[in-house]
Amino acid sequence: MNLALVKYNAGNTQSVLFALERLGITAQLTNDADELMAADKVIFPGVGEAGNTMKHLKSLGLDVILPSLKQPFLGICLGMQLMCRHSEEGDTECLGIFDLDVRRFVPRNHEKVPHMGWNDLSVADHPLLRDLSDPHMYFVHSYYVPESKHSLASAEYIHPFCAVINKDNFYAVQFHPEKSGAQGQKLLENFIGL
Amino acid sequence: MLKKRIIPCLDIKNGRTVKGINFVNIRDAGDPVELGALYAREGADELVFLDITATHEGRKTFVELVRDIARHLNIPFTVGGGISSVEDVTPLLQAGADKVSVNSSAVRRPELIDELVDAFGSQCIVVAIDARLKDGVWTVFTHGGREPTDKELFAWAREVEKRGAGEILFTSMNHDGTKNGFAVDALKELSEQVQIPVIASGGAGSMDHFKEVFENDSADAALAASIFHFKEIGIGELKDYLKNNNIAVR
Repeated sequence: MNLALVKYNAGNTQSVLFALERLGITAQLTNDADELMAADKVIFPGVGEAGNTMKHLKSLGLDVILPSLKQPFLGICLGMQLMCRHSEEGDTECLGIFDLDVRRFVPRNHEKVPHMGWNDLSVADHPLLRDLSDPHMYFVHSYYVPESKHSLASAEYIHPFCAVINKDNFYAVQFHPEKSGAQGQKLLENFIGL
Repeated sequence: MLKKRIIPCLDIKNGRTVKGINFVNIRDAGDPVELGALYAREGADELVFLDITATHEGRKTFVELVRDIARHLNIPFTVGGGISSVEDVTPLLQAGADKVSVNSSAVRRPELIDELVDAFGSQCIVVAIDARLKDGVWTVFTHGGREPTDKELFAWAREVEKRGAGEILFTSMNHDGTKNGFAVDALKELSEQVQIPVIASGGAGSMDHFKEVFENDSADAALAASIFHFKEIGIGELKDYLKNNNIAVR
């Protein structure tokens, strides 16, 4: 298994590397186009702010490389949001892999923003989500992907939103599987098995 | 539904946990990684590790420890103690910590919050506030509750939020160590005045105290140290108790 982790200024790279290590996988941390294209699987982590991060991705040429990849690809948290068309955060044009727009949570009844903590998922029957009994994951985010036809799992905070999306070889999760206990670990294992 | 969080807090000195006794099912209760892993297995939602070491050597040990914790733990954790600059935070986050907490240094120089938020994002900046109620006024204290300041709790909390903090950890010094329950009224007021999550700290003595603080949304999470370390309350039984009382927990 040759698993590449996209190297850029994402905040949670080390945590994802450790989570993969717990599954017995040593990932290759790289932003080299050839290495990314040659990998069996690619994980695109992310913690941070959309605008600055997109600038950084462009400076590395990753805005062209990432959408062209053909192997199973998993975006995490900000990674998921950057795979969409546009984000309200910093009015940012993103990678456009999903034709979706990322919005900021607007409280209706004094709900706190960020949405921080463990929340339930309603999951579709899909190999990425198999064997998750009572699925719940750890979220930290202020922006969300609205419900769409690409959804494999949804969660509810203020209103329903996409927790997992999929299109062709591209998968993305809003929560942090690397920090979501045994269930998160199972999801990563499922991704590796795709 | 978003769950209420239970957060054990571990004090660390020279790489070892300070409190904590009589754990029969782990080899070394002084080992923060083992104790943290035990809490995670029992159902803790997050962990806080506070470094109370003052020395430079101790700090280096702490960064190594943070790396070790991140390697073994699969739930989020916050680290704090002695953080006063962006340079202090970088190695901790790189080692795998999810959030950092600041306290005295943010009171001394509030711009620190803005600098940390700009550098790392709101989601990983927790501002801890210690305050004491006297004559109807909640005064903010620093240096582990030793030094009074000219700041008032609610005004400081609003400022902290405005500067971009992602979360507030409020410890009531009137309640801390009493085991008579959390400062529910002040927490409720705080939760209404800010839009970011509030962690309750200080005063937990029974399972009912956790129920009380989560009812009416006085807090989004509750932190405790000694009652978990001394096994007065097990995290598993606490979760069951809260569930049976219709509090959403995982």
